[in-house]
Amino acid sequence: MSRAMEAGRTLAMGENEAAGGGRRSVEAPFGKALARLGRQRHEIVGLTADLGKYTDIHPFRDAYPDRFFNVGMAEQNLVAVAAGLARTGKQPFATTYGVFASRRAFDFVAIALAHSNLDVKIVAGLPGLTTGYGGTHQAIEDLALMRMIPGLTIIDPMDATEIDAATVAMSDHKGPVYMRLLRGAVPVVLEPGYRFEIGKARQLRDGKDVGIISTGFMSERAIDAAAMLEQRGISVAVLHVPTIKPFDSQTVAAFAASVGQVVTAENHVVVGGLASLVVETLFDAGIAKKVTRIGLPDRYIECGAVPTLQQKYGLTVEAVVATIKALN
Amino acid sequence: MTRNSPPAEADIAALKARATALRRHMLTMARGQGAGYIGQGLGIADTLTALYFHELRYDPDNLGWADRDRFLLSTGHYSIALWAALAEAGIIPVAELVTYGADNSRLEMSTLDTTPGVEVIGGSLGHGLGQGLGQALGLRLDRSEARVFVELSDGELQEGSTWEAAMSASHFRLDGLVALIDCNGIQADGPVVLDMEPVAQKWQSFGWETFEIDGNDMDAVVATLASARQRNGKPKAIVLRTLPGKGVRRIEQSEKSHFFRVDVSQWDSIIDEFEQSVGVRS
Repeated sequence: MSRAMEAGRTLAMGENEAAGGGRRSVEAPFGKALARLGRQRHEIVGLTADLGKYTDIHPFRDAYPDRFFNVGMAEQNLVAVAAGLARTGKQPFATTYGVFASRRAFDFVAIALAHSNLDVKIVAGLPGLTTGYGGTHQAIEDLALMRMIPGLTIIDPMDATEIDAATVAMSDHKGPVYMRLLRGAVPVVLEPGYRFEIGKARQLRDGKDVGIISTGFMSERAIDAAAMLEQRGISVAVLHVPTIKPFDSQTVAAFAASVGQVVTAENHVVVGGLASLVVETLFDAGIAKKVTRIGLPDRYIECGAVPTLQQKYGLTVEAVVATIKALN
Repeated sequence: MTRNSPPAEADIAALKARATALRRHMLTMARGQGAGYIGQGLGIADTLTALYFHELRYDPDNLGWADRDRFLLSTGHYSIALWAALAEAGIIPVAELVTYGADNSRLEMSTLDTTPGVEVIGGSLGHGLGQGLGQALGLRLDRSEARVFVELSDGELQEGSTWEAAMSASHFRLDGLVALIDCNGIQADGPVVLDMEPVAQKWQSFGWETFEIDGNDMDAVVATLASARQRNGKPKAIVLRTLPGKGVRRIEQSEKSHFFRVDVSQWDSIIDEFEQSVGVRS
C-alpha cells in the first residue's frame, strides 16, 4: 500500500514519478539542461502558457528573463507565437501540459509548426498517469495524436539522464519536436555515459524468453521487472524506444526476432501509440510473434492518487512482472 | 537595398493607378479557372497597394533580408490579391498569374508558404495574428526596427485564437505590430453570420491603438498607415471598411458571395467593362 493510501489522502499532484526503486533523483532536469544550453545558444527562447513552474522551465526563466515569455492560458497562441519567433531565427522551447499541447493546440502544431518544419520544441508535462487529475490533465493519447503529424519528432524519455541528453539533442536538431516531460524530482536510471540519439532505440538488457519494448517511464519499470523475473528463471530482454517518431523500425524488428515473444509497455493508451507502432513494424517485417500490450485502456481514467492509479491500471513493476509470468 | 525607407511622400495618383493594375491582374487570375476569391481580393486591393508600394520596407531582390517589414496574410484565401501585389512588386512573374488555382501552380487559391514573398501559411483562420506577434517579439529581441503587418478579416474575429493573440500583443507592448482588419461583411455562409460589431471598440478595449477607415479610400489608407508608425508602446489595429468586388461594377453588384464563379465569356465582358471604366485598352 502506498504512502498516499495509508495516509488516507489523495496526492493527486506533485507525486514523484519514480517506480519506487530507491534511486537517486535530479530536480528539474529539463529546466537545468535548457538553462545550461541557453548560456551558449542565445537563439534559445522560453515560452509557457501559465505553467512555467509546473513544467520545470523556471531555471531558464530565472537565468534569462529577457528571453522568456509567458503568454497566459492560451495554448493556441503559445504555439503560434513560438512559430513566429522561429521565423525570426529563434529556437523556442514552449511548455504546457501534454493535454493542451496535443488536444487544444493541435491545428497550430500541425499547420503553424510542422507544415513549415519550424524549429520549435514543445515540452509537454503530465504524460499518461503522472497526475491524478483525471481526463482533463492526463495526456494518455498524446503520442497517438502527435504521431499523425508529418515531420514532427516525438520523444518520450525514461529518466533524468535522458531528459538532459534529449534536451541537448533536440536543440541540435533543426525542426519541430514534441517531448513528454517528467518533472520535479526525476529518478536517475541510466548511467551518465548513456548516449541518446533521436530515432535510435537502445537495448538496456539482454534476454531470450520475452522481449519488452518500452518507452517513457515504463522502461524503468521494465528493467526492474526483468531483474525480478530473472530470479524466477525467466530471461527477459528490454529495448527502450525513447523516440516514437521517427520510429526505429529496424532495431525493433531485429529485437523482436531475437526473443520468444514480445511485450510492449507504455504510459499511454494501448491504441495508436507504442503498441500500435510495434505491431505495424512486426507486420511489415513479416515477423509473426505474439505481442502482449501493457498500457492504458481505451477509456478515460478517473481522479485519484498517482500510485493508486498506476497500480490499478498496471503501470507498476509488480504489474509488469505479473503480466509476464502469466504468459504462456 | 531597401525600398521606401523611410517612407517617402506618397504619390496618391500613382498608388491609385497601381491599385487598378492589381485589380486587372486579379481579373486575369480569376478568368483562368473561371473562379476565385475575387470579391475579397478586389476589396483589399487598395490596402495591399499602399503596403507594397509605399509603407513596407522590403527588398524584392533579397526577400530574406532580416530587417524587412513583414506582411502576413492570415486569410489565405485572399491569395489572389497577394499574388497580384507580388507580381507588381517584381517578386513573381506577371506571366505566371494566369496559373492561379491550377494544378501544380505555386499561386494557390489559399496560400502555403513555399511561394516567394509569403511569410506565413494562411487559411486556417485565426493563425496569423499570433504568428505575427511572435515575429514582432523576435525582431524586438534582435533590436530590429522592422515592423509586422497582419491582415485578418471580420469573419476571422470569430476565431478565439485571434483574441488570445490580441490580448498578449498589448501585454508585450508590441508597438511595431499592425493588425489590418478587413471588414467586408461577408463570410463562407453569406453575410456575416455572427455580428462582431463594434469591432473598433473591441480592439480598443484589448489595449490596441485603433483606427477605423474606409479601406477603399487610398488617401485614408496611406495617412492611417503613417499614423500607425508611432512607437508608443501599443500595437495598432486598423479597421478597414471595404466593399467586396470594389472597382469592378458587376462583382460589386453581384450577390455578395464568398467564392465567385462565372463562365469564361462573362469574364471577358467583365474585363472589357473594367478596362473601359478605368480607361485602359488591352
